[in-house]
Amino acid sequence: MKKKEIRIGITYILLGIFGIIMLFPVIWMFFACFKTNNEIFGSLALLPEGWSLDAFIQGWKTTGTYTYAQYFINTFLLVIPTTLLTLASCSIVAYGFARFDFPGNQFLFMVLIATLMLPNAIIIIPRYSLFNKLGWLDSYMTFFAPAAVGCYPFFVFMMVQFLRGLPRDLDESAYMDGCGPFQCFVKILLPLLKPALFSAGLFQFLWTWNDFFNTNIYINSVSKYPLSLALRMSIDVTSNIQWNQVMAMALVSVIPLIILFFSAQKYFVEGIATTGMKG
Amino acid sequence: MAKAKAKEKPRHGGWTKRNKIGFSYVCIWIFGFLVFQLYPFISSLIYSFTNYDIFHTPEFVGLDNYIRLFTKDQEFWNSMAVTLKYTFITVPGKVVLALIVALILNRNLKGINFIRTVYYIPSLLSGSVAVAILWKVLFMNDGFINSLLNAAGLPSVKWLGQPSMAVVTICMLEIWQFGSSMVLFLSALKQVPQSLYEAARIDGASKPRMFFKITLPMITSIAFFNIIMQLITALQNFTSAFVVTNGGPNKATYVLGMKLYTDAFKYFKMGYACATSWIMFVVILIITLVLFATSKKWVYYDN
Repeated sequence: MKKKEIRIGITYILLGIFGIIMLFPVIWMFFACFKTNNEIFGSLALLPEGWSLDAFIQGWKTTGTYTYAQYFINTFLLVIPTTLLTLASCSIVAYGFARFDFPGNQFLFMVLIATLMLPNAIIIIPRYSLFNKLGWLDSYMTFFAPAAVGCYPFFVFMMVQFLRGLPRDLDESAYMDGCGPFQCFVKILLPLLKPALFSAGLFQFLWTWNDFFNTNIYINSVSKYPLSLALRMSIDVTSNIQWNQVMAMALVSVIPLIILFFSAQKYFVEGIATTGMKG
Repeated sequence: MAKAKAKEKPRHGGWTKRNKIGFSYVCIWIFGFLVFQLYPFISSLIYSFTNYDIFHTPEFVGLDNYIRLFTKDQEFWNSMAVTLKYTFITVPGKVVLALIVALILNRNLKGINFIRTVYYIPSLLSGSVAVAILWKVLFMNDGFINSLLNAAGLPSVKWLGQPSMAVVTICMLEIWQFGSSMVLFLSALKQVPQSLYEAARIDGASKPRMFFKITLPMITSIAFFNIIMQLITALQNFTSAFVVTNGGPNKATYVLGMKLYTDAFKYFKMGYACATSWIMFVVILIITLVLFATSKKWVYYDN
């Protein structure tokens, strides 16, 4: 018994040490925000000499025309509608796949699975030129449009899997009671689909928030920059970058994600576990 | 209800009124697929045989783009080599680390959920510019990592300034974010039937033997899926190379994703960039097919 306790103790210590190493960059980043530019470099000290909030204040104001308030607003204006549109379109499409046996259902579902592996890099150029023709470049339509028509096979797949796990009797009895297919979806299935909607919504929120490849290509005006582009711009200036301010804004930009993660942990883990999504 | 279930089901239920409605829901996706996926996919192939530049009508140039890429463009071979190096370091690194940590965390200890959360946090920020910038600052010449090395009596390393190290620095950033693969492995480990272990224990099997004969075979299908998705992501990497090292030094981290971006959106050589993207696609296809072809030998499927 004693031996077992010691072994568990050692496991905890090792897990703890490794955990600290894992989180160290983030911890370091937190303290770096309070340091002066000189303290950040060439020093081993983790804690700052003083606890000045200067980096946050100056960083938020920026040296450019727009403050981070604008970039935050932009990010929300981009991320929230994209997420909601994704959920609306993907759930109804998933319902179509999971509950109706129209001819070609299986074939179309295979196509959907195949598109999971379609690299974004290969379609980005024609998409750019398509958006250009439609006059959508430099607007968030470039994100809203694909989201509105279910172009996120991951989430459709995930919700189909979830719907298949729900007993058919539920909606069939509603159907018998005279509910139409759509009513049946909204009244019976959608409430049950909540966990899957949460997971999908969280991931879509996270991915769109972090996205840099697409925003960098589609959005050009600084006034429409989301946080990712604003941060990239802040290290683009050639002369003396105030790294403490950059660190402070980088930290501020990920705080909403960390809060979201801790308040909805369960859904994250379930989301990955059921579909094998990359994080 | 029971009666309806007992009926023999055909492969599909025909075009009943109900099914037509269901099909109309799926049509939302079909439309999206055609416009935002299939159409770009095919035009990308067509563009790759033209001198498309977005401003002028594209002219057909045959195989010129591909010939130039393969024979004249030194940058292309460099990018290909860098991308493959990056992929073959990060994918195995990430998957193996994720598996090891998942095995350690797959037990009922107090507070284990909290520990799992901690290990997942880096993944939460994956692909974000914030973390890429953090990495850049940590690995600068007089950054924290070098201070640490110096304190341990070791010389500084030019993490970002030396071509051979720059790739490694970016790979480390990616491997650090192994959390989502880990969660995937954890859920797979939970699904291994306990009865198998009990039977093995009765037979007196040793722990390593149980791992290689039970655990590993049972999670191969998840590992397989994991590897393929990671490969597709890694081969397209862009953000970390762009933000941390900007492709440098001396193009040592100029991955295919960056070359594609620069050619297409800086020089507007769109046709040329499409050709690059198709080569990238073929590489992804080949690696995936090789994995699929060999999967029968090492992937265990339940049914």
